[in-house]
Amino acid sequence: MAIDLDRCTGCEACVVACHAENNLPLAGPEGAAKGRTAHWIRIDRYYEGEFPDVKVKYMPVLCQHCDDAPCEPVCPTYATYHNPEGLNVQVYNRCIGTFYCANNCPYTVRYFNWFEPEWAEPLELQHNPDVAVRMAGVMEKCTFCIQRIKRAKESAAADGRPLADGDVQPACVQSCAAEAMVFGDLNDPRSKVSRLAQNGRSTRLLEELGTRPKVFYLQKAR
Amino acid sequence: MAPELLPYQRIREDLFRPLSGISRNYAVATVIAFVVGIAGLMAWGYQLRRGMGVTGLQRPVFWGFYIVDFVFWIGISHAGTLISAILRLTSAAWRKPVTRAAEALTVFALMIGGMFPIIHLGRAWLFYWLIPYPNSRLLWPNFRSPLLWDLTAIVTYVIGSVIYLYLPLIPDMAQLAEHNTPWRRRLYRALSLGWTGSDREWHALERAMKLMACIILAVAVSVHTVVAWDFAMAVAPMWHSSIFGPYFVVGAIFSGIAALLIVMSALRKVLHLERYLTPYHFRNLSKLLLLMSLLWLYFTVAENLTVWYGNDPKEMAVFGARTRGPYAPYFWTMVVLNFVIPFILLGIRRLRAIRTATIAAVCVVVGMWLERFVIVVPTLANPRLPVSSSSYAPTWVEVSITAATFAAMMMLYMIFAKLFPIIAVWEFKPHPQEEN
Repeated sequence: MAIDLDRCTGCEACVVACHAENNLPLAGPEGAAKGRTAHWIRIDRYYEGEFPDVKVKYMPVLCQHCDDAPCEPVCPTYATYHNPEGLNVQVYNRCIGTFYCANNCPYTVRYFNWFEPEWAEPLELQHNPDVAVRMAGVMEKCTFCIQRIKRAKESAAADGRPLADGDVQPACVQSCAAEAMVFGDLNDPRSKVSRLAQNGRSTRLLEELGTRPKVFYLQKAR
Repeated sequence: MAPELLPYQRIREDLFRPLSGISRNYAVATVIAFVVGIAGLMAWGYQLRRGMGVTGLQRPVFWGFYIVDFVFWIGISHAGTLISAILRLTSAAWRKPVTRAAEALTVFALMIGGMFPIIHLGRAWLFYWLIPYPNSRLLWPNFRSPLLWDLTAIVTYVIGSVIYLYLPLIPDMAQLAEHNTPWRRRLYRALSLGWTGSDREWHALERAMKLMACIILAVAVSVHTVVAWDFAMAVAPMWHSSIFGPYFVVGAIFSGIAALLIVMSALRKVLHLERYLTPYHFRNLSKLLLLMSLLWLYFTVAENLTVWYGNDPKEMAVFGARTRGPYAPYFWTMVVLNFVIPFILLGIRRLRAIRTATIAAVCVVVGMWLERFVIVVPTLANPRLPVSSSSYAPTWVEVSITAATFAAMMMLYMIFAKLFPIIAVWEFKPHPQEEN
């Protein structure tokens, strides 16, 4: 995935889309005050300068799907592991909730189910049938909308054609009005995301840790 | 007068006497421990039913009181093995009245500490998924995870220290089986495994105890190193430190000796063992405690000074939170309790006495609990992306479970002291090995 920070307006449409797509539970105002919210993608804000001359920078942060993910080796039950496609996936049924993965994630993008999930009416009526609702006591995080990847592959196979660039759009990418986010196959050098990753403006978050993240942030160097 | 010089018959009577009869104080203490323990169990039940949300944990502080308690109790468990094994291997004569109290402390602290990795699980009822056994999920646990090393180390340590406590109990139980109430006679006879006290048996026991002392020393050091590695293997700022293994081992021995001193002065008062646990024993242990205090200070300075001098912003965020920020009160209280007070009370010869040693020991136990808190929480509260910084305060659930563990320790110790002599009686009997 590539995210153009110079385009991002911080509108949080991606956050809402992710909630709807992935059946994310709602913590409510009290839960939010206790730091119990779960947003698989969140907008981090960075402020520059002193009031009134303030500049805000927005940065959507989601699971970076690291190639050398620090969360993976520490999980004692293989609940989080690298799948053959290179995604960092979370198997809810295997998770027993040791919290170790979340402690070892430098991006703090792992979210815990503190209670059984709840939705305010009528949101429970719009659950996505393709995504499991997670039980209390397990860790969860962004999946790059693995259900959409699967569906796109299946329909491409049904049509008898190879998966084309742009066939898969995670909910956040689809909902981004500024078109700041691009999703695709990094192994394909001609894909849009690969070209953006090669762009001179491209950087990766906390790259110095050697995690080899798969999300590329584009921003003007100053 | 050293207890060794008392007539053996007298020693036997003195040490077997606490086993019979229940005083009013004993009953009151039992009731208190029981109530606090049940309250903790109910709190845990509530947490299991509702979810981990009833704790004060929040992203990104995913480890709180439970992990602090875990490290704390595993640390306490280092009293028994280290003290008793080292003293046994060096044949220090003054060890005799101290060893069993220490070994029992180890076993109970481990039983309690070993509960916490389960209590802190999001789905505690599935804790056995950590155990490697052929299962219907066709999945082995992940041997690369430090948590699995932890499980292996702690299970080994529990088994080892139970054996280490049990072996020197055998001759005493054989003696107890001789004249006693019927159910006790049956219990001790079964547990003493048909001990008759022949030369061959003494030789075998002596060898087994020497061997176990060697093994348990290695296991004890490795256990707390592995506990430290739970933190040090993570890339989190101020956890990812090569010093953590030895630092934790030193801290564990430090808090273990302190806990042993507290237990000893309690036993001395309650069971009237003034003649056996003499100022001499307290003085020796005080010196050890003072040594560990200095060693602890050395490690703490080494750890924090390098971070401060290195000035890495991520680490400095944690360092700042510890020394100047929201956790500064804990940090500086820890320094006072772990170093300043023990250094004054134990370092000045004129002040050295049973009472001051006990006060210093209480300070150290509290201080070492704070040390673990200061290590666990500020790091998690100040992650690499500072936008996610947060804070942590426990809820009543965590507090009552923590309180219950202290009650459990009291309870286990009181039951143990009623069933077994808390000082190894046979060690005072001149047997063939010592006569040679």
